[in-house]
Amino acid sequence: MKIAVASGKGGTGKTTVAIALAQCLAPDVLLVDCDVEEPNCHLFYPGIQPERSVAAEVTVPVFMDGKCTGCGKCVQACRFHALARLGKRILVFPEMCHSCGGCTMICPEGCLTEQPFHIGEKEFRPLPGGTTLLSGVMDVGRSQAPPLIRQLKALADESVCRNIVFDAPPGTSCPFVTTVQECDHVVLVTEPTPFGLHDLQLAVDVLRSLNVPCSVVLNRAGNDDENRIITDYCTANGLDLLWKIPYSRAVAEGYSCGKTLLDVMPEWKADVTALLQRIHQGGCR
Amino acid sequence: MKELLILSGKGGSGKTSIAACFAKLAPVNTALVDCDVDASNLPLLIPPLHTDESEFFAGTIPEFIPDLCVRCGKCASLCRYQVLIQNGNDLPYIIAGCEGCGVCADHCPKQAVRMVDRHCGYCMESTLDRDGMMFHARLLPGAENSGKLIAELRNRAKAYAEQQVCPLIISDGPPGIGCPVISSCAGVDHAVLVTEPTVSGLHDMQRLMQLLKQFEVPCSVIINKCDLNKDVCDSIREYCGEHQVEVLGELNFDPAFSIALRQGRTVLDLPGTPVADDIKTIWNKLKPIIM
Repeated sequence: MKIAVASGKGGTGKTTVAIALAQCLAPDVLLVDCDVEEPNCHLFYPGIQPERSVAAEVTVPVFMDGKCTGCGKCVQACRFHALARLGKRILVFPEMCHSCGGCTMICPEGCLTEQPFHIGEKEFRPLPGGTTLLSGVMDVGRSQAPPLIRQLKALADESVCRNIVFDAPPGTSCPFVTTVQECDHVVLVTEPTPFGLHDLQLAVDVLRSLNVPCSVVLNRAGNDDENRIITDYCTANGLDLLWKIPYSRAVAEGYSCGKTLLDVMPEWKADVTALLQRIHQGGCR
Repeated sequence: MKELLILSGKGGSGKTSIAACFAKLAPVNTALVDCDVDASNLPLLIPPLHTDESEFFAGTIPEFIPDLCVRCGKCASLCRYQVLIQNGNDLPYIIAGCEGCGVCADHCPKQAVRMVDRHCGYCMESTLDRDGMMFHARLLPGAENSGKLIAELRNRAKAYAEQQVCPLIISDGPPGIGCPVISSCAGVDHAVLVTEPTVSGLHDMQRLMQLLKQFEVPCSVIINKCDLNKDVCDSIREYCGEHQVEVLGELNFDPAFSIALRQGRTVLDLPGTPVADDIKTIWNKLKPIIM
């Protein structure tokens, strides 16, 4: 089963919950850190270096001098302003390129070829309990997360593990969508605040438009009154609220040091197991 | 005209809460921009009075013409993003993730595909309960081109600010270090990084600082919830020292932030809150840097 842990709002506890799910599903699980701009999963396993790191590359055009007639078809074809023409020379701006191949395909003289362009790294770490963490680390200065996320998902598809847990990036736009597409279930982690609610609503809207089932985990939960902002929304919108993680200073302090949720509160493993069972039974639309 | 951007790298550090406080302390005709277009929260703390909404179009998306399409599937075979589906005798269609490259349209043997303008969301210009304007946005679910939407908001804010006597723009930035952040920070006069003393907060701050260095954006740091972990606080201060980045101040964890948020206000609006004084002290340090 492919489960993504997302939120909309940053800082609600996605990574915390993703790691907890992976710990309970171990060993037959691959944990994939799709927050390639700011990957954090590996920080909770500080002693563990990557056993393997694979370069993540996309293709960008390279111009070969000599045959260009200055027709400009390549520049016209590029919707991303990644090419500019000076006479019979083409300048390429690889940071703008979306690797669509359009310019290379359209050049009548064959002046453009495609070359690899490094966008990040895909790091494999062996975790305690026999699982693997696959982290995507985007190069600082690259602007597009989705190409690296797609490569991570392709690698995950090759995995023999029965379960894959994706730690999604915050937000509700293309990095989030790329991560959650074709997942069996998305767990949305939120907090009992107006920010939490607002961003949860946005995330649910996107998931419903993508037809991906989802449920909710409420982190830093308070008393029933404080939680009402989220519980009322879930009830009104047919969303399962699968787990309320109580606010805990001990958990916050543990998190600050890089301790996992279940390191600090091993007794909560039962709640995570119950959550996974509910998900397997079929989540809400 | 000066542009101040509040960033964090790590989500949930307190960026929006602090940006809203700065907005309250700044001159009343300051332009505010919510660059976190995916999950726009600034209006929850500084509620708009009246909003003008306009549709935002950026990029293009393919439209398939049924009478011309012969269902050859060439378009789907050329799509590098695997978002173009064509089955049997069905018209092709796209799923989420189309990047608008136009390859399908350019290479269709029957010219049965045309690229049409893509509706990405809405630009919003709001008056506030004071002078000044807020420029914010609503992205359509799962939409692309958030970077372009951010650029549009900033342009509108700049046009507005240039008419003002004390032209200042305060922007609440997005999390991460990708396209939305790059679009928010390019050309900005100063960025304030709100971080938290956690291993994640430190890690994310370091990557963000590398990005800001590449884009030559001067920055300073605020450590929020500093009492959570003294050791990581020290590490943050040390890292900032090594990189000649000033730590403007450190705020203790204060439930006043949540209390104020639930009331749709900033901590400055709650009487007798210690953290409010700390924020004012930080603002007074920031003012000569940016104004």
